[in-house]
Amino acid sequence: METAKKHFFSDLGVMLGRSMRHISRSMDTIVTVCITPIAMMLLFVYVFGGAIQTGTDNYVNYLLPGILLIAIASGVAYTSYRLFLDKERGIIERFHSMPIARSAVLWGHVLTSLVSNAISVIVIILVALIMGFRSSAGILPWLAVTGILMLFTLALTWVAAIAGLSAKTVDGASAFSYPIIFLPFISSAFVPTNSMPTVVRVFAENQPVTSIVEAIRALLSGQPVGNDIWVALAWCLGILIVAYLFAMRAYKRKAA
Amino acid sequence: MKDTAIQVKGLQKSYKQLHVLKGVDFEVEKGNIFALLGSNGAGKTTVVKILTTLLKQDSGTATVNGFDVATKPDNVRQAISLTGQFAAVDEILTGRENLIMIAKLRYLKNPRQVADDLLKRFGLTDAAERKVSTYSGGMRRRLDIALSLVGKPHIIFLDEPTTGLDPEARIEVWKIIKELADGGTTVLLTTQYLEEAEQLADRIAILHEGRIIASGTLAELKKLFPSAKVEYVEKQPSLEEIFLAIIGKKEAK
Ligand SMILES: Nc1ncnc2c1ncn2[C@@H]1O[C@H](COP(=O)(O)OP(=O)(O)OP(=O)(O)O)[C@@H](O)[C@H]1O
Ligand SMILES: [Mg+2]
Repeated sequence: METAKKHFFSDLGVMLGRSMRHISRSMDTIVTVCITPIAMMLLFVYVFGGAIQTGTDNYVNYLLPGILLIAIASGVAYTSYRLFLDKERGIIERFHSMPIARSAVLWGHVLTSLVSNAISVIVIILVALIMGFRSSAGILPWLAVTGILMLFTLALTWVAAIAGLSAKTVDGASAFSYPIIFLPFISSAFVPTNSMPTVVRVFAENQPVTSIVEAIRALLSGQPVGNDIWVALAWCLGILIVAYLFAMRAYKRKAA
Repeated sequence: MKDTAIQVKGLQKSYKQLHVLKGVDFEVEKGNIFALLGSNGAGKTTVVKILTTLLKQDSGTATVNGFDVATKPDNVRQAISLTGQFAAVDEILTGRENLIMIAKLRYLKNPRQVADDLLKRFGLTDAAERKVSTYSGGMRRRLDIALSLVGKPHIIFLDEPTTGLDPEARIEVWKIIKELADGGTTVLLTTQYLEEAEQLADRIAILHEGRIIASGTLAELKKLFPSAKVEYVEKQPSLEEIFLAIIGKKEAK
């Protein structure tokens, strides 16, 4: 046990190196993760944008937070996919029969998810800049945005881990992400909620995406964030903790 | 204590209702090749998973290299390596990268050198820089076994190492296994091929319906064969015939 603990970070480094190689060798995963949100951004800004009344003059600014969440939601599906393949192909068993820190195997995937999603987020922000996105935010608000996005990624990554570890088929492994990708559409990510019918509006205003989007939007535009940031943090932390516990249980079950 | 590498006593395991192992006993001497023979679903993989600390038994004990698999899994893992039933290699990495990765996880001093040596030994030097996804089944299996040799573990578990290989690749794998044992490594392999056990193993155990129904050297097993049936004097009974005869006897009871 002691030796295994001592080696955790060295093992984690090897695991991270491994899955980062996977990502750099299949750049298409990052491209796929970026392309759909970017296409959506183009569509909403240049096709629907003129007809949408958001009360701001820069629709790209309004849209960007939701687009980033969609990108992360589709990005974690690849974490689930990679985890599923490792499980199916016996790679996890190979690692677990070796004298290494077992938890490094799972944490390697989690860390990889954080890194790869950070890359897609940066790419999308760059495209948004070209499309006219501007932010007056200083370093602190940007750090806060980074923190929220990382927390959101981490929360969804643990949800992805549950899916990847317990799925029976490849499709099953990534199916969990579809409803999450869809959530921003029933939120204030694209249009303000006050134009929605009551039932939809109540849902939209009380689901996690709205508070996260509102918090990020306020931070980026230098507005006061109010309550949204705490609600957003509570959602992210809550999901993170619950998903982490279930993922760990699924992992322990797989690895007796 | 004599030189026992693996000792299994009264091992039992169920998956929900399915009682797969109903009390398995066997011993493997250091430096031997031991073949666990059984048909599909006999529980070979289950035994291997318990011995390699991937699965916990319901009852019974198993010690590997002198350590109890249930209570001292970390010590067991120091001594063993596993080549699972399906090649567990990283498809997206190259052959060399796979080996270096395992060498790093075993904290070896010179991962590159270790990788180069094994690539050479397994005839994979030319394919070393290629992604494993481009490898043939035989090459993949060779790499899989090579990965298990990184760090020179004392005891190696091979779960159906030649299933799905063509005859040529199979003979190559056999050669590798024989060399391992010549070098003093203990090998436990499972197989459905009676010929494979016959070719390789110092001792053979037949796993059937949750128990070891027969075990011993090939010569000892051959003695179990009802001699009255040996009508053609010049033809030795093959393990297959012994196997069927033993199973037939059990089922007739
Ligand atoms: N995780 C599991 N859950 C439920 N049943 C299982 C599980 N793993 C194995 N079994 C069942 O236990 C029995 C023994 O399986 P095992 O894989 O040990 O057999 P095997 O001898 O290795 O077979 P094969 O030659 O097909 O590899 C089979 O009937 C199998 O269906
Ligand atoms: Mg099997």
